[in-house]
Amino acid sequence: MREVAIAGIGQTKYSGLTDQSYPELVRAATKTVLEDAETTIDSVDAVVVSMAPDAIIGVSHGERWIVDACGAAGKPMMRVHTGGATGISAVQVAAYHVASGMYDTVMVVGADRVGESGDAQTILNRIWDPFYERAMPLNTITMLAFQAVRFMEKYGMTEEHMAAVSVKDHKNGCKNPYAHVQKEFTVEDVLGSRMISWPIKLYDSCPSSSGGAAMILTAGENVGRFPHKPAYIRGLGHASETYWMGDRMGPKKEVDHADSPALTQAAYAAYKMAGIQDHRREIQAWELYAPFSNIELHAIQDVGLCEPDETLKLLEDGAFDIDGDRPVNPSGGVLCANPISVTAMVRVAEAALQVQGRAGEHQIDGVKTALATGIGGDHQHFGAVVVGDGR
Amino acid sequence: MKQESLTTLQEHWDITYNHALGETGSHFYNALRDEGKILGRRCPACERVLLPPRPFCDRDFVDTTDWVEVGTEGRVEAFTVVFQSFRGLPEAPYCIAYVLLDGADTAVLNYVRGIDWTPGNVPQNIGVGTRVKVAFAEEREGRMTDFWFEKA
Ligand SMILES: [Zn+2]
Repeated sequence: MREVAIAGIGQTKYSGLTDQSYPELVRAATKTVLEDAETTIDSVDAVVVSMAPDAIIGVSHGERWIVDACGAAGKPMMRVHTGGATGISAVQVAAYHVASGMYDTVMVVGADRVGESGDAQTILNRIWDPFYERAMPLNTITMLAFQAVRFMEKYGMTEEHMAAVSVKDHKNGCKNPYAHVQKEFTVEDVLGSRMISWPIKLYDSCPSSSGGAAMILTAGENVGRFPHKPAYIRGLGHASETYWMGDRMGPKKEVDHADSPALTQAAYAAYKMAGIQDHRREIQAWELYAPFSNIELHAIQDVGLCEPDETLKLLEDGAFDIDGDRPVNPSGGVLCANPISVTAMVRVAEAALQVQGRAGEHQIDGVKTALATGIGGDHQHFGAVVVGDGR
Repeated sequence: MKQESLTTLQEHWDITYNHALGETGSHFYNALRDEGKILGRRCPACERVLLPPRPFCDRDFVDTTDWVEVGTEGRVEAFTVVFQSFRGLPEAPYCIAYVLLDGADTAVLNYVRGIDWTPGNVPQNIGVGTRVKVAFAEEREGRMTDFWFEKA
């Protein structure tokens, strides 16, 4: 397999605005990544479109609407969709394109306008089958409230722990110019915010964001053609869980809905591929997909950043703060911007910016290697990417 | 020059489906509607009773073989109480829970009714481990909403 390098990163400012159409956002992300890589669309051999449920943007088979906006006419183009994990899956597909030798330079691009319908949770309720579970109704908030309840029961998490995660991430988000939410909260603010789905409150939750993002991946031998210090995709992992949340409970469960062994599987596959022996020492920045505060805590322990019985203590001690010894979501993470189709791609982009030393105000000193993760479906599809500064 | 205002265009999707339930789903709903029974499917390999019923066991990747009537009481495995109404979804507040019914090996989702909810009274009124019983609608139409849970 060939080495895969990240040659360019483009993000638009994430917001609640719907002042640009979906193709306009894709066009903006494409222009930004080409400018960042100091190249033209002619250098792009293939395009991977990062696009989650069509109903969010309101056009079925929406990738056909943006062929021109991302310069894909006359080029190979495919769409990738694994729900919330879409962005990290799309990066992985682009990486396979390059690693295989099929294409030299590949652009992965997408956008979302989650605020446009105002019915995002009704749309996301439709990811359940109409037979048994849609009527209750499940959606991405209730499914992760179930996770929170089981995590509380199993590990002793409290609403205060959830609030502490939110406070940390929102503080980081204020340093990220692309973040949708740039506002600091106190623990009291979070605890006093509107209850959405017990125990998840408004400020434990991600916003409904619009915005676009893109990355250009290229074969390792091409890095000299691009302007930035190279960041390499060193490890990739993916794994899925059963469709049935109710199977992740009770004495005969194999997997507990409190945890995600598939995330562990994905992360450790990525560590192994990257040749990492001691991930806690060798990885200095962690961009972990977490649309609700409780999800960050299970992600932390499921990627092996600490032992499960240490997570809450380390949170209290500030270990996951931007200046802690295990910094998690220095960008502010998904709690500060969730343009669903590209959210997990942004985790990889932020990991790469840390490795390249280009993260600006939220840069962590001396990052050589970073981990990005994504989660999609009913806590079901998990992806992990290790980005490093060397081969 | 005056800034031109940006405009939007309102669209609405209204799509009808007639979803095929298949043999397993059809039998489950017929028994629920006509006999007021909740039926699971047993896997011949791991012997788990799967509810909702499925024609095959994902773990062993073999076809399930027997119908098993499960009990009408069970244990809450996970719950949430929703306080935010969303357009197109039910009016809040309401409680939904995954319950491991006696005799089943997987938890089934439904409403927990009969409690007046406020954000402050949630943990006093329900928890992982709370015992609940099934209540059936008098007029059943072959839907999951033909039954719900109440505190036992
Ligand atoms: Zn089985």
